Amino acid sequence: MTFFLQMLVTGIVVGSVYALVALGFVLIYKASDAINFAQGEFLLIGTYICLTLITTYQIPFLVAMVLTLVFSGLLGFVIERVVLRPFIGEPVISMIMATIGLSSLLAGIVHIIWGHETRVYPQIFPDTPVRLGEVVVSPVYVWSLIIVLILLAFFTLFFKYSKIGIAMRATADDQQAALSMGISVKMVFAVSWAISAVVSSVGGVLLGNINGVNSSMALIGLKVLPVALLGGLDSIPGAIIGGFIIGILESMAGGYLDPIIGGVKEVVPFIVLVLILMFKPYGLFGKEEIERV
Amino acid sequence: MRNPFVMECGEFRASYKEDMALYKIPRVRYRVYAIIAFFAVFPLIFPEYYVGLATLCGIAAIGAIGLNILTGFTGLISIGVGAFLGVGGYTSAILTTKLGLSFWISFPLAGIVTAAVGALFGIPSLRLKGLYLAMATLAAQVIILFVISHWDSLTGGTAGMVLQRPSIGGYMLSSETGYYYLMFVILIFTAIFAMNLFRSRTGRAFVAVRDRDLAAEVMGINLFKYKVLAFAVSSFFVGIAGALLGHYTMIVSPELYSIQVSIEYLAMILVGGLGSVMGSIYGAVFITLLPVVLRGLIETLSVFMPGLEGVFAGLREVVFGAIIILFLIYEPEGLAKMWRNLKDYFKLWPFSY
Repeated sequence: MTFFLQMLVTGIVVGSVYALVALGFVLIYKASDAINFAQGEFLLIGTYICLTLITTYQIPFLVAMVLTLVFSGLLGFVIERVVLRPFIGEPVISMIMATIGLSSLLAGIVHIIWGHETRVYPQIFPDTPVRLGEVVVSPVYVWSLIIVLILLAFFTLFFKYSKIGIAMRATADDQQAALSMGISVKMVFAVSWAISAVVSSVGGVLLGNINGVNSSMALIGLKVLPVALLGGLDSIPGAIIGGFIIGILESMAGGYLDPIIGGVKEVVPFIVLVLILMFKPYGLFGKEEIERV
Repeated sequence: MRNPFVMECGEFRASYKEDMALYKIPRVRYRVYAIIAFFAVFPLIFPEYYVGLATLCGIAAIGAIGLNILTGFTGLISIGVGAFLGVGGYTSAILTTKLGLSFWISFPLAGIVTAAVGALFGIPSLRLKGLYLAMATLAAQVIILFVISHWDSLTGGTAGMVLQRPSIGGYMLSSETGYYYLMFVILIFTAIFAMNLFRSRTGRAFVAVRDRDLAAEVMGINLFKYKVLAFAVSSFFVGIAGALLGHYTMIVSPELYSIQVSIEYLAMILVGGLGSVMGSIYGAVFITLLPVVLRGLIETLSVFMPGLEGVFAGLREVVFGAIIILFLIYEPEGLAKMWRNLKDYFKLWPFSY
């Protein structure tokens, strides 16, 4: 039982990071119908910048975090402006290849600047383990979960009540109508890329604190696809719930199936992906408007 | 008799037969013969290193033509080419080493097995398209690779398998030149097959499915049949490319067929030109030679800027990504279109109207 709970807690924490990254992914898809295969690289860049600020420049964690977020936001803006803007309204394959190209470009930059070896964050959260009943949890996990939950709540409220959040939802609903109501659709696209980069880098920093930082973290960018699809590509609550489900599934598979078939953990999200595509392609909460043939 | 030294000023087709002709202008036939003749004597002129590079380019071109049949002509996106290459390579490896079959039997079988696997993963394409299909093929890539690297008894797991070069009539194709000719014959066969495919009923159906699948179905095209067929035909060529590559490098292992490979192949058809057979070949050559040229450039530059070698891997990714994005923005129809523009320009030169 303790083992089960331990796996559950790990799954929830990893799942919360997935939820955060998937939130960024869904946001971009919702606003501009673009599929971002470079989400993993956003995460990577945010993590490395925060790490460099802390270790090389000796900046306190919170300040470094804020600087990272500002930088990620700017990066999102710039990328939308320079790379993605020409692809609005282009066929899906152009969009997919453009973001794949972008991911290769960003990954290359990361490799040139920071190399391939794994680095660790300095101790930021206290290391006395927290006891929840029988389960022993490291404080990093608890903090990650708290931060993610706060962010998820913040964004839910942001989309519901803030002016720009409402503008984003309006754009996602109907671009033409949004334009005629005086909403700057271009601005909305830029903001959604910026937010997406920001939430990914938060996810990256938290994950970096748990597992250490190396370039294979960008693989999360691929895992986010099953997460987003499970929840429904255009549903923000879907991304959050999907994140937790995939995180828990992955952790359980890692705990119970890995001893039987090694490495099955990595492939579970994709098996889920195939099942969703076969039985419920619009996901749990997505709009059912896929063109069928 | 027309003056042979005067350029054509356009293509004037007066009958359907001319419109369907493989050589739109009769003179092109001789240019094609000249190009084929050049590449036939290529290994006799150039040193072995270049012959090896040409072989790799040619193998990539076979795979790229296969992928282009699926993505460029039928409009079905596949991010799983890497894994299909692996299926081809491993099929041939297992058949030749475990069952002791000859290469000449295992080679077509590798194509057929890959075609079957491709058709299997093509079945979802009936319901999915665009982004959703891309995800389904991505899942195929991950799952196939997982099976390959974990079915230890059959595939040798992560260590991979060692293969032999094929022999023909007692003559081993172990030299670069011998293997080059093997590749060359198969590439020519593949290119001619693909070009003729799109002059036939089946190929036209593929293009109709790409342009508008609903309209195609209304016109009596069986969507399911043609989509699965496109997956099968495409995977067949990807599979034989995989088998050729496996026997050329003499090793198959899971990391040779990662998602990076899938992306490289997509980049090939994109840079070359979606929906163009010659474009696939240009793109394959371009993407295969890119790291080689880059390496040469870095070695030259590192004389002046020491420490540049260290960033080669990263720089290669940067250039690769940048090229994809730049082609998409400035010439989405790729090298094939650039070449066509160049020809059109000279057709009308010096009067551009």
